[in-house]
This record gives sequence, structure tokens and C-alpha cells, in this order.
Amino acid sequence: MNKEPIKFRKERLDRGIKARCEDIFALSSYREILYLLLPRVLPVALLLVFPLFKDIVGLYWEKVLVITCAIALLSLSWDWLASVGLISLGQALFFGVGAYVTGSLNYAFKWPPLITIPLGTLGGALICTLLLLPVLRLRGVYFAIVTLTLPLLLMRFIETTKILGGTEGLSALTPLPSLWVELYVPVFTLLICLFGFRRLINEDYGLVLQGIRDNDRAVMSGAINIYWFKTQAVFLAALVGSFPGAFMTHYYQFVGMPAFALDYSILPLTAAVLGGVGTFAGPTLGAFILVPLSEVLRAFGTLRVVFYSAILIICVVGLPEGVFHYIRRKYHQFERMVEVG
Amino acid sequence: MSETILKVEGLNKNFGGVAAIVDVSFEVKKGELLGIIGPNGSGKTTLVNLLTGFVKPDSGRVFYRGVDITGKKPYKIAEMGIARTFQMVKPFYQLSAFKNLIIPLYSSRVRRLRGGMYGDRDDVAIDLLEDVGFERDSFVPYKVASSLPHGYLKRLELARCLALRPELLILDELFSGMSMSEVASTLPIIERLNGEGLTILMVEHRLKELFRIAHRVIALNFGSKIADSPPGEIMENEAVKAAYLGSEEEGEDA
Ligand SMILES: Nc1ncnc2c1ncn2[C@@H]1O[C@H](COP(=O)(O)OP(=O)(O)OP(=O)(O)O)[C@@H](O)[C@H]1O
Ligand SMILES: [Mg+2]
Repeated sequence: MNKEPIKFRKERLDRGIKARCEDIFALSSYREILYLLLPRVLPVALLLVFPLFKDIVGLYWEKVLVITCAIALLSLSWDWLASVGLISLGQALFFGVGAYVTGSLNYAFKWPPLITIPLGTLGGALICTLLLLPVLRLRGVYFAIVTLTLPLLLMRFIETTKILGGTEGLSALTPLPSLWVELYVPVFTLLICLFGFRRLINEDYGLVLQGIRDNDRAVMSGAINIYWFKTQAVFLAALVGSFPGAFMTHYYQFVGMPAFALDYSILPLTAAVLGGVGTFAGPTLGAFILVPLSEVLRAFGTLRVVFYSAILIICVVGLPEGVFHYIRRKYHQFERMVEVG
Repeated sequence: MSETILKVEGLNKNFGGVAAIVDVSFEVKKGELLGIIGPNGSGKTTLVNLLTGFVKPDSGRVFYRGVDITGKKPYKIAEMGIARTFQMVKPFYQLSAFKNLIIPLYSSRVRRLRGGMYGDRDDVAIDLLEDVGFERDSFVPYKVASSLPHGYLKRLELARCLALRPELLILDELFSGMSMSEVASTLPIIERLNGEGLTILMVEHRLKELFRIAHRVIALNFGSKIADSPPGEIMENEAVKAAYLGSEEEGEDA
């Protein structure tokens, strides 16, 4: 009969924080601060210090970091388009056009990367936006179809007309000034874009874009020119997608038809689905899982495509919410023991 | 009540052989509350879509305050001051009720009328919700739209229109799907808006309530205008009687 009285009960760690308010954080202890900050600060810190350990992890994995950042930027751009309701099947368009504009500028005028990369990003984004402008007026699958075909079309165009170096491409371009630039420019750009997008989508401007995705007719009847907003959204996505193209051109000191390769369309899409659509953090996380994994599997050669497809199917069926949503849900369910007063 | 705000001339619309609107003409005076009735499928929603640019007419013209707006884009027509509700409410489900109103409040029309409003959009949105009967000091305005009952969604739809500060308000069966008490509490809101000078065009199946507040009623059948008279007399019209008899009892909600 003399059972111990219950002194402790389980409580979800986020309960007290949630109850107070969703936005205004009134934090009462360092543990709560840690609970909220840890998932944000830890990945950023890891990303920032990773290049510092280049002698330990080796140059090979530092290069993987650069490619990962490039793919992550492409999947951020994909997710941004998706949040306006535009499904892109051809992120390679942004990558390739950005790459070719940068490469041509450097090849023709010998301008340094400091000038060609920003110009290539901007010019690439402008060209892509103009190319996509006609489909923005149509509802339905047309955007997906056109983004899928444009990179293939441009690739064949370059091949047959032999412009911009034809099948040979443009080589011997100016290298990036130093290893630190190679490593830190992609990392910082990724962080800026990730947090920028996350912020922008919750501003009033972002709400309008989400409204267009959910019900474009209601947005139109709210006196909002949805085509103009879609154009702006595509331009922003094209900027974020063209930058990796521009950057990798100088990184490889080469631009050629592989810039329009299907990989640049499929990898970002797979990363977004794997990580979880609609949060920007999800697609970034997806890229950081997928790209290193595919490096490990490089030995399998062309079989890698089978592997991507398998991942895509497994994710869609087994974890439709995406890895990020899953982890977030589990994290919020952490429990702790509290004293029963 | 003299100035004409909306003038419709010989409007026609076919959907692949189905004549949805046949040679419809009418005028709406400023400050008027005009009812539009008709059995199911008589073309009421199509008429609303034609007036607001969501559907392009095969022939005919629409003039709004003397300006030809036929075939203009929906957002341009809304920008000029015509707001409409949709019969099938489709709010922005993931957003809270008041955040739903941010979208029209972001439009250039509202910014122009409010003189470059920034920062206080949330407050304006809450005020608008209070206007249509959301309890201000409750959680209701902050609830996600997907969790709101149908009656609230209908009134959210009304608030979305009012956010635009319209000069002509077109309601497509606002009362359908509302409970008796919700209709009873929404009716005075519409009367008040009309009393403040807002011109209202009201498509409605709830005839009793409509006739209580409308100044004039137009009846449609098979896309044609069959009657145009004060609410007290419209049901005396033989063509209207026949149309409603032919199409079952007057539906409570469609
Ligand atoms: N987009 C469309 N495509 C083809 N036919 C249509 C379209 N919209 C309406 N119709 C047809 O036009 C006719 C009129 O439809 P409408 O929706 O305007 O009627 P309504 O009076 O609003 O009916 P309800 O009372 O049911 O809302 C119907 O026969 C309908 O099937
Ligand atoms: Mg209808």
C-alpha cells in the first residue's frame, strides 16, 4: 500500500513554449532557448566550420561540399517556385543559362569572376524569365512541360549551330582566386538564400504568392495581377538557380553542354521531395543527404540514376512528408520529466 | 439614385452549344441593391463571371461607370472597384482568417486608397472581420481557415471583398449553406453596407430574405432575362412562376 507517490510526469518539451505564443518567444530558461536555437544554429555552425577542417576531411569532400551547395541552391529555387504553385522539371535551365552567360562573358572579354558571376547570375535570370514568360499565363501542367523541354532544346541548339563553342564548350576560363572563395562563397550564398526565402514567404508579399498557389482566382479578384507576381517569383527563382551555374563555370574553368544535363533537373527535384517540400530547409537538407550519398555511389556509374529514382519512389511512398518534416515532428515530441507540484 | 454605375448590353455566352447567357441587358444605378434570381443552371454564376472578367462574352458589352470593361482581366476589373464573392468558397485554407485578408489588402488599389499603408495590415484585417460578424475578442479571427465552419467562411469571403473598398459588390449566393441564424445576422450587414452607399448585385436562392432587402429583382431562365421588377411583384410574373414551378421548389441551398 505504501506505493511511492507520483513525483514526476512526462511533458513535451515544446508545450510550455507553444502555449505562450507561436511567434512571441517569452522564454523562461536557458533550456528552452537551447531547445529553440539548437536546430537552427547547429547546422549553420557545422556548415561554417566544415571548410576550416579541409586538411582533416580532405579536399575531395570539400569539393563535394561545393557541389552540394550548388544542388541545394537549385532545390531552394525549386521549392520557391513550388510555393507559388509552379512545378519545375528543368532546374537545369537556370543552371545552364547562368553558366553559359558567365562563361561567354569571361571567354569574350576576359572579365574576372568578380564581374562575370554577378552578371551571369543576373543575365541568366533575365533570359530564363523571358523564356518562361509566355507559359506563366497558362494554368496547369504547361510550366512543368516547358521547363522540362527548354534545357534539352537549348542543348541541341548549341550542338547544331556550333555557337558558344558547340560540343567542345568554352574552356581555359579564369579560375577562382582562392580555395577560400571556392568554399565560402557557396556556403554563404546558400545560407543567405535559405534564410531569405524562409523570411520572405512569411511576409505579406509571400502570402500573396502562397495565395496564388492555393487559389489564383481569389487572388485575382483581390485586384492582384497574378502574372506580375508570378514573373517576379520566377525571376527570383532564376537568380538563385543561375548563381550556381555561374559559380561552377569558374570553379570548373569550363562551360559546355553538360551544364544543361538532366542531373541538374532531377537532383534538385529529388532533394526537395526527399527533404520535404515547402519549408526551404527541407530541400536543403535533402541536397545534403542526396549529393554526398551519390558521391559514395559514384562507383556504380550510370546505375546512379536507378538509385535516384529508387529514392524518389521510396520517399514518396514511405515518407511523403519528407525527412525534414519527420525530424521536426519528432523533435517537437521530445519529452522531459517534470516534477508534479 | 440616378447615376448608372453598371450597364450591360446584349450579353451572350455559349459553352460548347449550351447557351448559358442569351442577350441579357440591364442597368444598375448607384446605391441600388439589385437581386438576381433564377432556377439552378439558369446562368446566374455565368453572368457574374462575365461581369468580373472570369469569362469572356461571345458578344455584348459591359460598361462600368461609363468605361467599357468587356473582356478585361479580372484583376483589372477588381482594381476598378468591382468585388465579387465565389459561390464555392475556397479560402486560403492554410492561412488564418485574418491572414486571408492580407492578400487583397496588398493590392495596389488598397494601397492607393489608404495612401501607402504599411505595417498595420493585420489591424485592418481584424477590423474587417469584425465588420462581418467575427467576434473580435475571441480566437476566431486567428483560427486557420480550414478549421472554420462554413458560415464563417462565407462571411470571410464577404470580408475579402470589403477589403478592396469596392464601389460595386457582387454576391454569388452568399447565403447558401448558411444556417437560419447566420443568415439572420448577415442580412443586416448587407443592408448596412447598402445604406452606406455601396451598390450591391446579389445573386440569391433565398428569395424571402432577398425580397426583404432588394430594391429591384431580375429573373433569369435558360440564360435569358424573363423579368425585371420590384421584389413585391416579381413572383406575380407568369414567366417567373412557370420557371420556378418547372424546376422544383425553391431550393434552400444549392
Ligand atoms: N465553364 C463552363 N463550361 C461549360 N458549361 C458551363 C460552364 N459554366 C457554366 N456552364 C453551363 O452554363 C449553364 C449555366 O450555369 P451557371 O453556373 O451560370 O448557373 P447558375 O444559375 O449559377 O446555377 P446555380 O443556381 O446552380 O448556381 C449550365 O448549364 C452550366 O452547365
Ligand atoms: Mg451559380
